[in-house]
Amino acid sequence: MTAVLVRRRTKARPWLYLLPAAAVLVPMFGYPVYMLGLLSVFDYRQAQVSGGQPSTFVGFGNYATLLGDARFWEVLAQTVGFAAALVAATLAVGAALAVLMTRVSPVPRTTLSLAALGAWAAPAMTGSTVWMFLFDADLGLVNQVLGLDGFNWFYDRWVTFGVVGATIVWHSFPLVMVTLYAGIQAIPASVLEAAALDGASAWGSFWKIIVPMLRPLITIVVIQSVIWDFKVFTQIYVMTNGGGVAGQNTVLNVYAYQTAFGSSEYGLGSAIAVVMTLILLAITLLYIRALYRSGEKL
Amino acid sequence: MKFLYLTAAGTALLALAACAPSTAPAGGGADEKTGTLRVWLFDEPNRAPKEKVVNEAIKEFTAAHADVTVEVTYIPTTPARHEKFKGAFNDPASSPDVAEYGNTDLAEYAAAGGFADLTADLQGQDMTPDLLKSAAVDGKQYGLPWFIGVRALYYRTDVFDELGLKPPASIGELTETARTIRKKKPDLYGMAVGGENTFGALPFVWDAGGDITSLDSPESRKGVKAYTDLLTEEICPPQACVSLTGGKTVELFASGKAAMGIGGNFNRSAMDAGAAAGKYAVVPLPGSAEGSIAPAFAGGNNLGVMKNARHRTLAVDFVKLLGGKAYQMKMYEAMGNLPTLTSAREEVAAKDPFLKPFLDTVPKGTKFVPIDPAWVKIDNGKVIPTMLQKIATGQATVEEATTEAAAAVKAAFGRS
Repeated sequence: MTAVLVRRRTKARPWLYLLPAAAVLVPMFGYPVYMLGLLSVFDYRQAQVSGGQPSTFVGFGNYATLLGDARFWEVLAQTVGFAAALVAATLAVGAALAVLMTRVSPVPRTTLSLAALGAWAAPAMTGSTVWMFLFDADLGLVNQVLGLDGFNWFYDRWVTFGVVGATIVWHSFPLVMVTLYAGIQAIPASVLEAAALDGASAWGSFWKIIVPMLRPLITIVVIQSVIWDFKVFTQIYVMTNGGGVAGQNTVLNVYAYQTAFGSSEYGLGSAIAVVMTLILLAITLLYIRALYRSGEKL
Repeated sequence: MKFLYLTAAGTALLALAACAPSTAPAGGGADEKTGTLRVWLFDEPNRAPKEKVVNEAIKEFTAAHADVTVEVTYIPTTPARHEKFKGAFNDPASSPDVAEYGNTDLAEYAAAGGFADLTADLQGQDMTPDLLKSAAVDGKQYGLPWFIGVRALYYRTDVFDELGLKPPASIGELTETARTIRKKKPDLYGMAVGGENTFGALPFVWDAGGDITSLDSPESRKGVKAYTDLLTEEICPPQACVSLTGGKTVELFASGKAAMGIGGNFNRSAMDAGAAAGKYAVVPLPGSAEGSIAPAFAGGNNLGVMKNARHRTLAVDFVKLLGGKAYQMKMYEAMGNLPTLTSAREEVAAKDPFLKPFLDTVPKGTKFVPIDPAWVKIDNGKVIPTMLQKIATGQATVEEATTEAAAAVKAAFGRS
């Protein structure tokens, strides 16, 4: 009798602990996602919202429209490529600066962390606008310093992605840097010292000691970066004025926004958002699983 | 366990509520004869003169109607206006009685069922049928055209005099003149042309006999080519010009960096505030045949009554007052808005020679965007700018880009 009670209590306990989190997540996250999914199976446009026409259930009709649209695939491929490049760049910059911070004296270290905090604290909107001014064709500081009068940084597709990508990395590297710096600080100095005594180079000890020991932290920052960079919106929307010349810089989130709110195709826009959510979930799950498979503890 | 029950109960509740996404309640309208009449008008870069005229109208209106006050809200003209209007359609409590709206937005608003049918209330207006139609959908009048804007060709008299050039009388001459200017004065753009200037490009398409609904026809292609031929290194380099909107090309001309530019009668104050002030003149935008005029776009704003209005009769009276001849004339004097009433327009034309090239354009036939919710989709989806930009940047030929744009237009109509 008591054994059963105890077992039941132990079984219920994890759920009990999850309750506070669930109380926040269900209304704040579950309900919007549910509404999103619901909208995505309806033909739901402005006329339906304001009651001019009845809304009709179209099943997977919006998804069929979407998957049959060549533009969607083009934007999806572009988004994946852009996000992958951003994750790699953010991690490289963040890790390099984190290592640098462990090796310099306090004054440059403080300067660096203050500068990074500034970038971190800058709202995406402000940062994008400031970078846009810096790269302005006629009045921008960059063109004045480089003597490139009238060069339009937002004309060529890849140059534009470069400038916008730099802005996004500038916004997101501080988190990676601070997290990894804290991780490196937590590695016992004796381990690194022993490696150095055994003749390991700085490069070698970074890859063979620091990276493996920081793997759980790196996992977290990679997942965070993937999620952030895949759903990038503000920088693209602001800096390229909603997708650049002939829409060549459109990413999935901007595309979803323009479909849902620009064209008032709320149903179709929701379908894009659902597809995005599924892709992100899949990437995250696959990544975590791959880590478990390789026998590393998280 | 309790949690599981809760979840199950919650899921069941949600499933019950899940029949369909919510829709606005129907029929918020009424016809009260007293109270506060709420009016939405567009905010302008320089609002003071508009506000002054509107306040005069309100004074006259409240003097004639006992126990009525008028409350005006100035709303932005940015794309956020769509959200404001959608909100008013969806929620009767936040709906005004009278609203000013751009005539290109009409079809979307009419399809959403947001504005009241005023056909019976607005009989016998002193207006050309073309103009009245710009406020009608399927034969129903959804508002009173309040003012229009017409575009024409601004050019720099000092540059033309110095180089011994004459204002162009055909599109061929326009292109040639623009090339000559840039060749002789490399600091100047031959003409300020924008890859996102939809209403600058459309007259070229209409003049060639094409239209938005048939962008891949040989006629439309001819017009698109004529416009994109201006977006080249020798006239307005794509690097600088491909992302320009109509407003930006006006700024470019006003700042003295371009020898020609397409601008509206409503851009006069901007021109006079820039380096080009006092050194420009205006001619109608020429068509392809020597001495012809390209059809202009009949852009403008209407005054409408919301379906959710709580003071329908009062609202119609206010529209008739503010949209009547006396206040159209006052609005012209204050803001330079061209009156829609024929008699009022003739009066201001006689007074102000600046308007002549714009008004000469109107009788040659004005054109309009498709009166269909699809237009908002085509416009917001940047179908026409994308087409122009692809051609100007060499990403596509005229044939490829127009075929693609025609497909996008067709898709927009198909889903509306």
